Amino acid sequence: MSFEYLEFGKEEKDFIEKIEEISGQNVYSCYQCGKCSAGCAFSSSMDMTVNQLIHLIQLGQKRRVLEANTHWVCASCLTCTVRCPREIDVAALMEAVREYHLREEPEKIIISEIPKKAYDKLPNIALVSNFRKKTG
Amino acid sequence: MKIGVYVCECGSNIAATVDVEDIVERAKEFPNVEVSRVYKYMCADPGQEIIKKDIEEKGLDRIVIAACSPRMHEPTFRAVLEDKGLNPYVLEIVNIREQVSWVHENKEEGTEKAASLLKGAVLRIALMEPLERKKVGVTHKALVIGGGIAGIQASLDLADMGFKTTLVEKTSSIGGKMAQMDKTFPTLDCSQCILSPKMVDVGRHPNIELLSLSEVVEVDGYVGNFKVKIKKNPRYVLEEKCTLCDDCVPVCPVIVHDEYNQGFAPRKAIYIAYPQAIPASYVIDPDACLGIDPLICSKCKDVCGPEAIDFDMQPEIIEEEYGAIIIATGYETYPIENIGEYGYGTIPDVISGLDFERIISSGGPTGGKILRPSDATVPKTVVFIHCAGSRDPSKHLPYCSKVCCMYSTKHALQYKHVVHDGTAINFYIDIRTAGKDYEEFYQRAAEEDHVIYIRGKVSEVFQDGDKILIKSVDTLTGETVELHADLVVLATGMVPSEGTKEMASLLNVSVGINGFIREAHPKLKPVDTAIGGVFVAGTVTGPKDIPETVSNASGAASRAAGILSQDELEIEGTVAKVEESLCRGCGMCVEACPYSAIELKAVNKYGHTVQVAFVNEALCKGCGSCAAACLNGAINQLGYTDGQILELISALGEQ
Repeated sequence: MSFEYLEFGKEEKDFIEKIEEISGQNVYSCYQCGKCSAGCAFSSSMDMTVNQLIHLIQLGQKRRVLEANTHWVCASCLTCTVRCPREIDVAALMEAVREYHLREEPEKIIISEIPKKAYDKLPNIALVSNFRKKTG
Repeated sequence: MKIGVYVCECGSNIAATVDVEDIVERAKEFPNVEVSRVYKYMCADPGQEIIKKDIEEKGLDRIVIAACSPRMHEPTFRAVLEDKGLNPYVLEIVNIREQVSWVHENKEEGTEKAASLLKGAVLRIALMEPLERKKVGVTHKALVIGGGIAGIQASLDLADMGFKTTLVEKTSSIGGKMAQMDKTFPTLDCSQCILSPKMVDVGRHPNIELLSLSEVVEVDGYVGNFKVKIKKNPRYVLEEKCTLCDDCVPVCPVIVHDEYNQGFAPRKAIYIAYPQAIPASYVIDPDACLGIDPLICSKCKDVCGPEAIDFDMQPEIIEEEYGAIIIATGYETYPIENIGEYGYGTIPDVISGLDFERIISSGGPTGGKILRPSDATVPKTVVFIHCAGSRDPSKHLPYCSKVCCMYSTKHALQYKHVVHDGTAINFYIDIRTAGKDYEEFYQRAAEEDHVIYIRGKVSEVFQDGDKILIKSVDTLTGETVELHADLVVLATGMVPSEGTKEMASLLNVSVGINGFIREAHPKLKPVDTAIGGVFVAGTVTGPKDIPETVSNASGAASRAAGILSQDELEIEGTVAKVEESLCRGCGMCVEACPYSAIELKAVNKYGHTVQVAFVNEALCKGCGSCAAACLNGAINQLGYTDGQILELISALGEQ
């Protein structure tokens, strides 16, 4: 198994701060109990559990976080938010990752160019996030 | 003779594995048994009342109780007998719980075993003679060994209760490990600030005699009457004359590593351990000084205004008597150089937790700046490795050292308070924060100070250029990880100190598998030892943090006061007794006695001077080793005479 190299430089810190800024949450509050993942109805469809994603945010692992599908699978049902013992709005964190992703690549979705028939297949949450991004 | 037999069900503890009704019926047929009964809880008040009533109405003169271990309720039932005017020693408790029901599954076999043990007890008790408890006087003075926070607290408590107390400390100052620490969790109080007032109190308390640079070398005697020899090593500086002017230090030509600063700073051969040291006096290190035999240099003596320096001081032996002894000789840190893969001792920027305490201390070698040892730069990434030695039964320490999660968290937090843009990473197996306000402290470190916690044990660290490469795992993601750090701090575990081992052997107290002293009972007698009058305080019994150590020490002081406040102590009647006419003075019993309770004395026998064994009843614990060793059968263990033991064996051998 190859070793994942951990760095704690400016890029990592900027990523953590941006996620915190968008979500209004303190990612360091999470002590990795895993209750969010345990209660998530979609955990089985995620390639990384919710707490693992938060752990990687704590470590500033931007690439790994953005590669995951976890935040896209999240339906914002808020079960995690309600149950978190550390009072973290986990759903807000997932939303923040989605927004970060979309802000990172502003040209990826140009709404006017999306074919009408694609609307049915696109995750609504992605579109909503995208609209929100446009509002600044 | 009328024997009463009482069998306890102990709820289902006994009744589930032993047919109590059956053995009660069988007991009725045993010789001399007047009455045989069963009750759900013999130890409860109604159970005791049954026995009292029978003694009164049936005139019983021997009582046999089949129940739990006599360690539990022997005092309870002895009091029942005494209440009804019987000698407390005509009682026999048969342990059919710990030795039968709890260790057997088969009810039939359990019942048979219980029945034969019960029969043995009935036969044995018939031969029992009433025994007498002797009384011994008490010396109203306490000895506390070890001047760390445990010894300091125990001494102050005893002294405040009005008992004269001698505090013996091996080094030149009291204070112990706590004096080396910078801040204490979870409040971040400055360690010296909360410790030094207590140290000063010790120094000026009229009831405390402080012997620094001293060691206990011999202990004789028994509870209430210990005879102790203390070796006081020379300080070469007269405490009462030294004014702490520091004139001696600049002129001293010898420079050595300062152990108070973990070797990170130099000190001279004449020095004071640290400014707040008690006794407040300089001291000469005889191993480094050039002035002590042969006298090559006397520069310090030449400049000493108050003429406090005396190169001719000699060690002296102080002999004193004490009523109680508290062992508070503390811990050492685990020798982490044993963990080869962590590189301590070979990679300069891998340091121990105690090293970090000195580096971060404002009174330390860097004046409170966090500088790494190799190049004195400020480390930007610091990795704290938990369980360095602890929780590793295969190669290092099997136990959790209890304080490391908290002190590593404290270190990481302190680091972040000084180096705001730095990164502090804790590699842990589990985070254990079982203490008042500890969990909150840990959460605060993560939440407010952004200390990073990665669950996983570091496998190896390497020097990589001027950085340290760390290979580890993140078990939360299931991935192996590596990173570079500027400084690595190992959360060193605790081991019993050399002094603890020495005192355990000198005082004959037993130690557990890890070398810590064994308490008389881990839950209910946590500060007692198996030796009467010898108590333990602090980390001598296992890893403890400061609050626990202090309350432990206060507990030991109050237990010791329980002895010191009495004028006389009763000692057990079940002691060894020598039949002088049979003794041939061979001394085998002297060798066999684990408590040094027997010595040979010269007596006049038919005009000849011969040696016979003499038992000091106050020291004798009634273990019976001497009686077993004696070839002539000259020693009998009262309460367990040869005749009684033979009856017991014959009952057990019936099957």
